[in-house]
Amino acid sequence: MTTTVAAPAAATPAATEAKVRRSWTQHGLLFVAPFLLIYVAFLVWPTVQGLRMSMSSVNIAGTNDTLVGFDNYAEAFADPRMWRSLWNTVVFTVLSTVPLVLLGLGFALLVHHLRFVQWLWRLSFFGPFLLPSAVVSILWLQMIYPPDYGLINGTLGTEFTWLTDPSTSMFSVVLTTVWWTVGFNFLLYLAALQSIPQHLYEAAAIDGASAWDKMRSITLPLLGRTTALIVVLQLLASLKVFDQIYLMTGGGPEDSTRPIIEYAYDMGFTGYRIGYASAVSYILFAIIVIVSLAQLRLFRKRAEGSS
Amino acid sequence: MTKRFSISQLILLVVALALAIIWLAPIAWAVAVSLKPESETTKIPLEWIGSAITLDSYQLVLGTGGIVKWAINSTVTAVITTFLTVLFSAMAAYGFARTQFRGQRALLAVILAGIMVPPQVLIAPLFAEMVALGLVDTWWAIILPQVAAPLIVYVLYKFFQDVPPELEQAAFVDGAGRWRVFFTIVLPLSRPVLAAVSIFTFITTWNNFLWPFLVSTDPNTMTLPVGLANVVQGTFGLRYAQIMASVVLAGLPLLVVFVLFQRQIVRGVAHTGLAGQ
Repeated sequence: MTTTVAAPAAATPAATEAKVRRSWTQHGLLFVAPFLLIYVAFLVWPTVQGLRMSMSSVNIAGTNDTLVGFDNYAEAFADPRMWRSLWNTVVFTVLSTVPLVLLGLGFALLVHHLRFVQWLWRLSFFGPFLLPSAVVSILWLQMIYPPDYGLINGTLGTEFTWLTDPSTSMFSVVLTTVWWTVGFNFLLYLAALQSIPQHLYEAAAIDGASAWDKMRSITLPLLGRTTALIVVLQLLASLKVFDQIYLMTGGGPEDSTRPIIEYAYDMGFTGYRIGYASAVSYILFAIIVIVSLAQLRLFRKRAEGSS
Repeated sequence: MTKRFSISQLILLVVALALAIIWLAPIAWAVAVSLKPESETTKIPLEWIGSAITLDSYQLVLGTGGIVKWAINSTVTAVITTFLTVLFSAMAAYGFARTQFRGQRALLAVILAGIMVPPQVLIAPLFAEMVALGLVDTWWAIILPQVAAPLIVYVLYKFFQDVPPELEQAAFVDGAGRWRVFFTIVLPLSRPVLAAVSIFTFITTWNNFLWPFLVSTDPNTMTLPVGLANVVQGTFGLRYAQIMASVVLAGLPLLVVFVLFQRQIVRGVAHTGLAGQ
């Protein structure tokens, strides 16, 4: 190192600030390099490869890899089972998003207004979210849903065939999902509620507002942004559903619950048609990108429109 | 809000209690069944407590060995994934927030675009890649794809942008280098946000199913969720007390961690979950 002279007057805080904000190029790249390496290897490259595979007749052994253009896509769009699984995915998404958002909000409002044993409510409503999907699925499949000794029928004295009847199977899968994951939205809402400035309520109280008035004119409007975000996050999460359906029903009975990810998995890893499976996956990928871009536009508009 | 005990508080409490009981019932039922003698698990009408409370099922499940090994695999892969994810993401985020290099904006755009890519649609190409690299049935096959998490880079990038530069400036004036500033000043200062993303990463990794399920065919490398799904239902057949004992053992660790670190976990989930704002 060179000997340091007393910093000349030119090295004012402003100069150092410039140094803090933008320093030597080689360092910038070095900071980014480790992540970038893994990111390119295990996200960017597979994304490009997947697109190529979706236009190839490659099988799981990696052989028969000839490019077939859009044949896989054409086949997928003419495949009734693909449409069925896409439809199942949409139905699951709609059926699960509504209760997951509303119950998440309801639980959060309830717990926010309660002043006792906060830890107990958090554990009760968020606890299931911490369980692995395999734990949740095995528990509900083996001990909650069975028509005779399952917890629900055993408690209610009914003999309801939850998962094994095509007319109720999707509803049952949604019910398990709501129980399992509502805690995530509950926590997001709780965090949003806690960040609402107290003085707004105090001012409203001075104006003689009732509890209902406060809820209607302060709490719910201020939660609008959070709600929009939670709805989008939930849509994206539900579109990607796989674990609990695969483990509880395997897509049945009679294809009534099979989501699109499971159809791709079945085609690729059970049916060995990796090329076709990639095409099916990329159809979902396109839908997810459209939802994500719509979200970006929506939030940008809101950001410009408000404040 | 007033803190006094009123009728409305009482009503809310009753509603909350009823909902909490409903929400906890499935987990309590799993525990109850796991403690019953095997012959009484499918009794009708339902009994929450059998003729005896026994730990036999736990002994049998732990004795067959699988579950302990899977727990170790889960712990190791989740810890390594979390450490690498947070370290590399923090470095990258700092590089984008505080330094300049050629192509920076384009690179950042590529990383932000990656947030839209769902790992579930990449299973076929990723699997082919792991076969080509000879990593199938190793921990690295489970770990590496999960470290490529652009969302975490984005969360930390936003955080570093809001850190006032004065602290770093003082260190630069004292002649400290860029790396020393990052490791001795910036990282310690960011402890809360690092804890938040660590917890978020750990939970998602610990519970991940589809990808580990694809790349672990050998029971020796399986994580807990994969081992459960693959082996338990087959091995224990219809012995529900043992299946429920496995379920309780597999679900317990994170619930215990949650009770111990509730505050941090709540903050971690809220912080990372709301990154899109």
